[in-house]
Amino acid sequence: MARTAKKAAAKTAAQLKSNRERPAEPSRYKATKDELLDFYKQMLLIRRFEERAGQLYGLGLIGGFCHLYIGQEAVAVGLQSAMKVGRDSVITGYRDHGHMLAYGIDPKVIMAELTGRAAGISKGKGGSMHMFSVDHGFYGGHGIVGAQVALGTGLAFKHQYAGDAGTCLAYFGDGAANQGQVYESFNMAKLWDLPVIYAIENNRYAMGTAVERSASEPEFYKRGESFRIPGIQVDGMDVLAVRGAAEEAMAWTQAGKGPIILELLTYRYRGHSMSDPAKYRTKEEVQDYREHHDPIDHAASELEKLGVKEDELKAIDKQIKEIVVEAAKFSEEAPEPAPSELYTDVLVETY
Amino acid sequence: MAIELKMPALSPTMEEGTLAKWLVKEGDEVKSGDILAEIETDKATMEFEAVDEGTISKILVPEGTDGVKVGAPIALLAGDGESAEPAPKADEPKSSAPEPKAAAPVPAPESGAAPTPHQMETAARDLVADVAKTHDAPEVPDGTPLTSVTVREALRDAMAEEMRLDDRVFVMGEEVAQYQGAYKVTQGLLDEFGPKRVVDTPITEYGFAGLGSGAAMGGLKPIIEFMTFNFAMQAIDHIINSAAKTNYMSGGQMRCPIVFRGPNGAAARVGAQHSQNYGPWYASVPGLIVIAPYSAADAKGLLKAAIRSEDPVVFLENELLYGQHFDVPDMDDYVLPIGKARIVRPGTDVTLVTYSIGVGVALEAAQELMAEGINAEVIDLRTLRPLDKATVLESLKRTNRMVVVEEGWPTCSIASEIIAIAMTEGFDDLDAPVLRVNNVDVPLPYAANLEKLALIKAADVVKAAKEVCYR
Repeated sequence: MARTAKKAAAKTAAQLKSNRERPAEPSRYKATKDELLDFYKQMLLIRRFEERAGQLYGLGLIGGFCHLYIGQEAVAVGLQSAMKVGRDSVITGYRDHGHMLAYGIDPKVIMAELTGRAAGISKGKGGSMHMFSVDHGFYGGHGIVGAQVALGTGLAFKHQYAGDAGTCLAYFGDGAANQGQVYESFNMAKLWDLPVIYAIENNRYAMGTAVERSASEPEFYKRGESFRIPGIQVDGMDVLAVRGAAEEAMAWTQAGKGPIILELLTYRYRGHSMSDPAKYRTKEEVQDYREHHDPIDHAASELEKLGVKEDELKAIDKQIKEIVVEAAKFSEEAPEPAPSELYTDVLVETY
Repeated sequence: MAIELKMPALSPTMEEGTLAKWLVKEGDEVKSGDILAEIETDKATMEFEAVDEGTISKILVPEGTDGVKVGAPIALLAGDGESAEPAPKADEPKSSAPEPKAAAPVPAPESGAAPTPHQMETAARDLVADVAKTHDAPEVPDGTPLTSVTVREALRDAMAEEMRLDDRVFVMGEEVAQYQGAYKVTQGLLDEFGPKRVVDTPITEYGFAGLGSGAAMGGLKPIIEFMTFNFAMQAIDHIINSAAKTNYMSGGQMRCPIVFRGPNGAAARVGAQHSQNYGPWYASVPGLIVIAPYSAADAKGLLKAAIRSEDPVVFLENELLYGQHFDVPDMDDYVLPIGKARIVRPGTDVTLVTYSIGVGVALEAAQELMAEGINAEVIDLRTLRPLDKATVLESLKRTNRMVVVEEGWPTCSIASEIIAIAMTEGFDDLDAPVLRVNNVDVPLPYAANLEKLALIKAADVVKAAKEVCYR
């Protein structure tokens, strides 16, 4: 699949019979050294944060379902770096910690939400799967597979209705791509040319079911064809390729051409959730991705080519570790919500 | 012999219609398939086709006539070789004065005459008759001018008024715009507000319920119309998982101010998949407001409140009530409080707790009970969540007897809930066990006789009320 990812990188649906306008082939984003350093830091923060979250889960400090983003960091960082906070909106499923961090939301309040504390971003009432930051235009954090696709289409409807020039970035996975509501949403999005980027994070497994066993058309970027929604397949392990595709997609929605699909070929190193032993794939497969396709290693080697010294990267690593340690400490020490919080926020108003 | 052409039934709930236009005149020859007339039903303007060949010998009902009862002769058709001379004049319905509501149910067919299918007695007509026979005055200060308005118009007016006040409000659903509403509830809204704010969707309930919820999260105020709540089953995930839980899960950070509305409950002879009351389903979900109004005034005042609310609201209308007239206060801004029940009929001997079309049944039962010396109080819950327990318990304190009347299944119902509340919080006030009158616990059958047996009726309420009064 890694091979497929490379070969297929930036493959558009242009090869298909062309009866409509299609986006241009995206080019790899030409990042400055500072920009790439920034991407590197964000990806590293997600990696270290998630590793720590896994550890806290093992210690019993985080409960329930907890889905880690390790391996997929380049997707959220590459895409969201092209979004404008205050104008655009982002929505995703339950594997949402990375997307929150990629938007610069304080790791402390995210980790405190994971440990179910009052200081958590949802006051401890949402948990790992349900985090939101309306200030950032980050609309969660949804636990029902595929629901965010219809909801995100609604956010795009709002952008169009309000004429606020915003675009909604709606993430979902290869698993959610088989839900019926995705296609109901595609139909309306194109019918009304809503400004929405459907980002399909194809990490190859819908929980434990491999794409080949669940998808009759496993090339998800083609899934919009029946709705006249163009799609682009992207190497989701390369943050600059992702950012390049995001630029193309944003230009498309901003030009009023309606929805567009990005299929990000990626891989999660951990199980579907903390309780998934991931026996449906080989150790070798995981190892291959870690050693040869890791998005963070990839960015590090590019930074070295740009003249960033190893010492500098080590210093960044240390700095990130400190941020995560601090977040973990905060999340362990923060008090649980007061029992009275049980009854608050059920409704907005009093009747 | 001349064939009588009768006013056709062109919708499941149609009792009468307007003969809008004749497309033939006396003396015209017609053949099968020719369009004879345009008829306005409660839902749409329909074409009325000829089935038999012949000559129009007499037009009995002139065009422009309102309130023509289904089954009434509207023209005579002379067959081949017959004289096209006008036949003896049949009784003409009064063109400008439809019969008063009290006579709404079509009289039983004359003995010997074969009834048209529509003239069969149905449970729906009994329900509607109960509504029509009783009176429900809105709660307004004395002297407030009142206008007789249908529930359908009241709902439309509520939406239009709120749309004028707030740009964020829009209506979305199947056939809401160009078709003017599958049940004509959104009639005229497209003309006034345009396609940006009155949006026709594909047939895609799950999709547009989700899209609407997302738009609400983004800051708009959508009114999502389901053609019926039966179709909202496809969308219930978004109503419950997306809309109802957002505020709580986000610790109060993200709201979902949306109204899901449409007809709910049994209509007329539409079978098991199109006849169910979702009140108890939605009322069991924390995070939702559930409203099920009866009168046009309540429909208007509560829909306006629902649109203004910052919380997600499930607004359950009733198809059989759409065409019913009620007095609605002539006020600029008639908004009612959510979560408040209403004593529709004060009484002293037994409390009948009900909502939606059950109110009509309970009022009819109350009239019958009065004749037997039992003075029943009727409470319309209006809002099913949050439930106005105080009004129910206060009434129980006075009457000490209670019957719940609900057009819906008995198991895990609003009736179950009221009974639990009465037992746990009003036990000392009870002189008899609370009884409930619900639909029979079966999928709703199609056959007219079985349907009648399955739905609630005033006689059952009378019986239950007498039982709790030990009479």
